[in-house]
Amino acid sequence: MDFAVLLSILDATLRLSTPLLLACLAGLYSERAGVFDIGLEGKMLFAAFGAAAVAAITGSMWLGLLAGISVSLATALLQGVAAISLKGNQLIAGVGINMLAAGLTTFLGQTWFHQGGRTPPLGDGGRFPQITLPFANELAGVPILGPIYAELISGHYLLVYIAFLAVPITAYVLYRTRFGLRLRAVGENPKAVDTAGISVIKLRYQAVLITGLLCGFAGAYFSIAQGSGFGNNMTAGKGFIALAALIFAKWKPVPAMFTCLLFGFLDALQIRLQNFELPVIGVVPVQAIQALPYVLTVILLAGFIGKAVGPKAGGVAYTKER
Amino acid sequence: MSARRPLPRWADVALLPAINLLLAFLVSGLVVLMIGENPLHALQVIFYGAFGYGDGFGYTLYYATNFIFTGLAVAVAAHAGLFNIGGDGQAYVAGLGAIVVALALDQTHWLLVMPLAVLAAAAVGGFWAFVPGWLQAKRGSHVVITTIMFNFIAAALMVYMVNRVLKPATTMAPESETIEVGGRVPQLREFFSFFGYSPVNLSIVIAVIALIGVYILVWHTKFGYAMRVLGANPTASRYAGISNSKMIMITMTISGALAGMVAINEVMGVQNRLVLDYVAGAGFVGIAVALMGRNHPVGIALAAMLFGALYQGGQELQFVIPGITREMIVVIQALVILFTGAMEGLFRPALERTFMLLTPEQKADAVAVSTAKTES
Repeated sequence: MDFAVLLSILDATLRLSTPLLLACLAGLYSERAGVFDIGLEGKMLFAAFGAAAVAAITGSMWLGLLAGISVSLATALLQGVAAISLKGNQLIAGVGINMLAAGLTTFLGQTWFHQGGRTPPLGDGGRFPQITLPFANELAGVPILGPIYAELISGHYLLVYIAFLAVPITAYVLYRTRFGLRLRAVGENPKAVDTAGISVIKLRYQAVLITGLLCGFAGAYFSIAQGSGFGNNMTAGKGFIALAALIFAKWKPVPAMFTCLLFGFLDALQIRLQNFELPVIGVVPVQAIQALPYVLTVILLAGFIGKAVGPKAGGVAYTKER
Repeated sequence: MSARRPLPRWADVALLPAINLLLAFLVSGLVVLMIGENPLHALQVIFYGAFGYGDGFGYTLYYATNFIFTGLAVAVAAHAGLFNIGGDGQAYVAGLGAIVVALALDQTHWLLVMPLAVLAAAAVGGFWAFVPGWLQAKRGSHVVITTIMFNFIAAALMVYMVNRVLKPATTMAPESETIEVGGRVPQLREFFSFFGYSPVNLSIVIAVIALIGVYILVWHTKFGYAMRVLGANPTASRYAGISNSKMIMITMTISGALAGMVAINEVMGVQNRLVLDYVAGAGFVGIAVALMGRNHPVGIALAAMLFGALYQGGQELQFVIPGITREMIVVIQALVILFTGAMEGLFRPALERTFMLLTPEQKADAVAVSTAKTES
């Protein structure tokens, strides 16, 4: 494999891991606060649709992004009401949200745009452009480092940089701020937080809304950056891969980034490896690579490669007294 | 100060789900209204499409058959306190068992093929749920996450199997060979011409047997009792000498085997070959069905009929009212899951308060509580 091929695979890795990373960090906030979220997929799908629909109508990517985030926030709020205030089953709430998103986006897309559930293709203003970092073209000629800077680091969508910037921010918020301390505490021992006079309900809503915000970015990435418009079920299970990555990273921000990069790399490799013959093994079934993140997560969960223990109070609504 | 009393059983089992269901329909009606169609007309079309004539009713029963199986799968697990979200994957891989048996015994008679295919589908579907069960029981991994992962692994596996292993060299389409006529599960229309061209088949008999079987298993056997104890309180069940890990593994296997029966209805009864994605989300509908049916076979049968009717009526709907697509049914399903499952508590407090005012001594209690509140 020569340098150019490797570079293009790594470039694709960055592009493919961005929505995973955003969704994974989104899930991190919610789950660290004790609210299991299997509705990441649904929120991203809603956001992708909202962003594409508004961007298609207004022709503005910024309004699209804003719409995507708003829709995702509203969905997160709905899920929050069910899981936090009404003390419903958090898993069932997530399943419901995913289904609602799958049905409603296609239904509304069909009704509004009459293109089989797709939104119209977006023009230049409606899509995020790829950003060329300063001196990228001038430095491209420098051996090794030049192409790395020009192709790998430069030339991505704004949301890619936001996603990777969100990693240190999340780490800082989680481990260096009072809010982060409380957030972690509420996921481990809500009673202690409550006893300290801090509202468990409010904290959990805040966490769930941050989840909504980040899922909004992730969804918008699908439809108005990477893609040019919304297509049926375009998130295609990425929300669940993000969930797998979250478990794999043991609910920590920096490992989350590396896990998402790994899963993104597998995805990029899988696209490359179609009909590609390896020296010893022969043709690797593409499906085997596609299933790898899920298999790895199952193996990890079983404790065969380390132990993944989630926040202790996760999955249960907090009841002050009985 | 626990002034709230639990609801009477009939209200908990029938009234509350009915109210929540009504809410789900109301919101769906609003969605229909939003796109400028008449929800009452839509309802009428759904109803006629599902029950109005033989073909339609046959389709309703055919869909309901799937939902009974997946609903029972979710319910059996739920009684043991497990949430089996992997019915889709389990039903999907069960198709492998069914098709292998069916293709091997192709030239014989369905009376031989069907029971063996049922066993094979149950074995494969059961295995696909046993592994998550085993992982939870022995390694402590949460069954919800593992069954989700197993859904995706199943999808990848089946794409591979259908494309590379089962596809005959002569066809281009990703599907297995077709079963000979003699090996197929007979259609009900061969016995009753009433059903027209609808695909309802003998699998529905298996569904009815499964309903009765689950009822007996859960409420009239020692095993069922142990299962419910585990579901109600795992600590108590351990102290009572029940092996929790064994119970989890067996329950999950039964659950997966039930989900696997979808393969009999679809692969052996309707498609007559293994095609991609034939489960089409029936595993997730099972969650809604079990939630609405309160995990009881009678409730599940009714809820499965309701969803069967929605599916069939929904098909009809998109022909009659072009603005409304199939996805409307998915939306209704999702709302049912949200309102009867996750937001089940929405009306409970209000309903409990209402019921407190109905009986004299409870009314006295309620008055005492409200005066205590105003005084404090």
